[in-house]
Amino acid sequence: MTLQFNDETFRDDYSFHNSDRALKRFPFPFHEDSYMYSVNMEQHQGGPADSIYEKRFDVDEHYVSEMRDRAMVLADDPLRCQSLPHMTLAGWDLLELIMVSKSEDYPDLFELHRDGDQWRWVNKPMGIDDSFTFLDEATLPYGPMEYITRQTQGDFCVLDQRDDNLWMDAGTITTQADWSLDFDLGMNFFEWHAPVPMAHEKGIFVRALKFLLNIQQGAPARRLNWTLTVNPLLDTSPENYHKWGIQKTSMTPETVGAKQHLRVELQTFFRLPRSNALVFPIRCYLCSFQDLTKTPKWARRLHRVIRDLPDELATYKGFIDNRPMMLDYLSQFDDGLPTSLGIWPDLDTEPALQKRLI
Amino acid sequence: MSGAQKIAVTVTAVVPLNDLVTRFEFRRTGGGLLPTFSGGAHTVVEMRDGDTPRMNPYSLMSDPMDQTSYAISVRRDDVGRGGSLFMHNNVAVGDEMVISNPVNLFSLDLRAKKQLFIAGGIGITPFLAQIKQMERLGGRWELHYTCRSEALGSYVDELTTQHPNEANVYYDDQDQRIDLKALLDGQPIGTHIYVCGPKGMIDWVRNTAAAEGWPREGIHYEEFLAPQSGKPFEVKLAISNKVIQVGEQESLLEAMERSGVDAPYLCRGGACGQCETRVIDYTGNFIHRDHWLDDAEHASGEKIMPCVSRFEGKTLVLDR
Amino acid sequence: MSKFEFPTSIISRPVYGTLEPRDGSAHLMIADATGAQAILDVATPDMMAKAHIIYIPKGAEFGHRLRALNPAQYYEGPSYAAAEQRIAKAFGDAKMGLQVYLSGSEGVMGQAQHAAMQAGVPHTAIQTEHRGSTARRMQCVHCKGITEDVATDPFQCSHCGLHLFVRDHYSRRLAAYQGVNIDAEDPGNVPEAKGIYE
Repeated sequence: MTLQFNDETFRDDYSFHNSDRALKRFPFPFHEDSYMYSVNMEQHQGGPADSIYEKRFDVDEHYVSEMRDRAMVLADDPLRCQSLPHMTLAGWDLLELIMVSKSEDYPDLFELHRDGDQWRWVNKPMGIDDSFTFLDEATLPYGPMEYITRQTQGDFCVLDQRDDNLWMDAGTITTQADWSLDFDLGMNFFEWHAPVPMAHEKGIFVRALKFLLNIQQGAPARRLNWTLTVNPLLDTSPENYHKWGIQKTSMTPETVGAKQHLRVELQTFFRLPRSNALVFPIRCYLCSFQDLTKTPKWARRLHRVIRDLPDELATYKGFIDNRPMMLDYLSQFDDGLPTSLGIWPDLDTEPALQKRLI
Repeated sequence: MSGAQKIAVTVTAVVPLNDLVTRFEFRRTGGGLLPTFSGGAHTVVEMRDGDTPRMNPYSLMSDPMDQTSYAISVRRDDVGRGGSLFMHNNVAVGDEMVISNPVNLFSLDLRAKKQLFIAGGIGITPFLAQIKQMERLGGRWELHYTCRSEALGSYVDELTTQHPNEANVYYDDQDQRIDLKALLDGQPIGTHIYVCGPKGMIDWVRNTAAAEGWPREGIHYEEFLAPQSGKPFEVKLAISNKVIQVGEQESLLEAMERSGVDAPYLCRGGACGQCETRVIDYTGNFIHRDHWLDDAEHASGEKIMPCVSRFEGKTLVLDR
Repeated sequence: MSKFEFPTSIISRPVYGTLEPRDGSAHLMIADATGAQAILDVATPDMMAKAHIIYIPKGAEFGHRLRALNPAQYYEGPSYAAAEQRIAKAFGDAKMGLQVYLSGSEGVMGQAQHAAMQAGVPHTAIQTEHRGSTARRMQCVHCKGITEDVATDPFQCSHCGLHLFVRDHYSRRLAAYQGVNIDAEDPGNVPEAKGIYE
């Protein structure tokens, strides 16, 4: 099918919306009725047709509008995209990975023509047709990482691997869950995760790092992570927290279904060949509670997960104050029936809500 | 098996360099490009030696940017378990083989103000790729390469012709030695050392540099252990519910693979940690040979690296 | 003089040790205020023969004692900013084998550590010993302005005026702790400031 791109905003009037197709393929992150940290890694080698796992870099209906939002963020604050000097080679690796993947996975949208180091890149949705010399920064309007990540949905952390650790030495971060690239740039894996509660004690990061250090060329991996955001705001940065934080207090029982969004990150991990760096794309998918609760299984499970999440995690994820209001809303959609295991909606087998809406 | 897809290749050249070392070149079987890699990477070459499967890691020595072919150089080890002998005696142009995607456990620190390469013998191979990478991307480097004799000096001519200012060669039989202390003295801050060669050379460089106040992070070394033979032993694999015999000439990892048990690996040389396996129960003694686990872990009896370590005793039950 | 025991915290928060003599081709020692005591404790005549001491007294009176150690080079300056070019030159000229010793306030140690890392010294190879002030160097995550000697929390940003919660999250690259707006979700509700370690 040919993709239709939404004309929508992630700020001000928040005209962001999900089509029925987008709802059906939304990456619901809870595989059971409770949640606790886990490394939950799996190979990133495709997935069910039309799922977000199918392609190496998923392109969906929000693509063009998300890229417009990223351009606005970078114009306001260029420090959201930084690359330490030794990471330029990794930037070229990333550019190659994305251009090759997208031109192979979406030949109707992207074209890559290579003649030795002379490359031509065509991005039809964004109206880009650029010719450049591979590994020659002078032939691109931006550094290679910035050039390609201005054309690819999701945040990108480019991690240098040395001394048995990973180092956040480059990235483009405009849709983050409240962490600052400018501040965390240069930190190692344990340091940039330092503020995350409970997971260090559980040894999560030691195990995750061990896994990531051994990611091989040709064997990318993926996992899901999640948080909650009021309004479909992509740029939930600490830099602008003094501007958007107040929105968290703007929900009412009447608006919670429309305003409260589940924010799911598809995190993928690819070894970059020339630099031996690791790229860690963090792709953000947003869905309002009122859209999520259209799927009976997800509605039941979301209520149970939010209800039972430890206070420390609810605080870290920034929604502890709003949790009672959310639970009032979500409890309408939980009739206490059991749910099937796994993240898929199972629309054909899971029963509709058994009690009437109040 | 390890996660990544294997690469089917065809041998396109077999070039004897001297009495001990032969170069093998590969192209992708059926055409197409090979993955690029970073200097210092190795590939695991799979061999079918009659009924015995062998998998040996070899440094990629070709230009990392050249996707048309890969090259490795293999030093014949007459007393080893037979992988290098198989390569020398049985592999010919036109043979089809299977190799792994490149894996780098010896990569350059791209922040370095200067790269100082120290090679002994066949340890030159990862540097050949790293030098090509440095030449393509820029940056200061210097090579100090010791060989037994001129006759056994693999790639000396190529190095000294192309890089007369950077490449320094020392011949053991002419009593030429690297004056390491003098070499280390006066290197600019931000210099990184890379050493690949016999264990004695690696220890010498690491210890000398440490004594001169060099930071640990500035010394990189690659030492692949070849698995050593030993007494046969029996292992129970709890998850697979199998009892397997590890033969005298094979490693525990190889015995698991031979029995069809899925076991992860990257380096097959005790360095990367990928094959780390939990011990459920044992009566006997471990012969730990890896660099991965620390002394306390070795003593604990809770973990083993099946690529190089062995066991002697009555019972060994593993979580595989 | 007893040393301040920092409470245990998150992994990104720096941990300081006690300076110890190490073998090396040269020794660069940077200290402020009572950090001089840590240098006096570690100095040996052998070390001093190859030592460059950079000292920022901030009113403390250890200069004559440091000078009496007879280091190969000695400098005393009024502020880190005043010493910065000299420090950059010292690292720029340095050879491998250089040992780096930092002591005193977190702000001065952090900035000197950053200069050393820029030159190519791994941070783990840099020795640090905290002495004296526990005030922090802090960056406002919103306006990016850095304020020296922040001793209270919350703290009003000296650049943009926002009220900031002073986190334990620390960046070696910026040599600063992070300050994040404390009343974004409830404007005007700013708790009374108290000492960071109170």
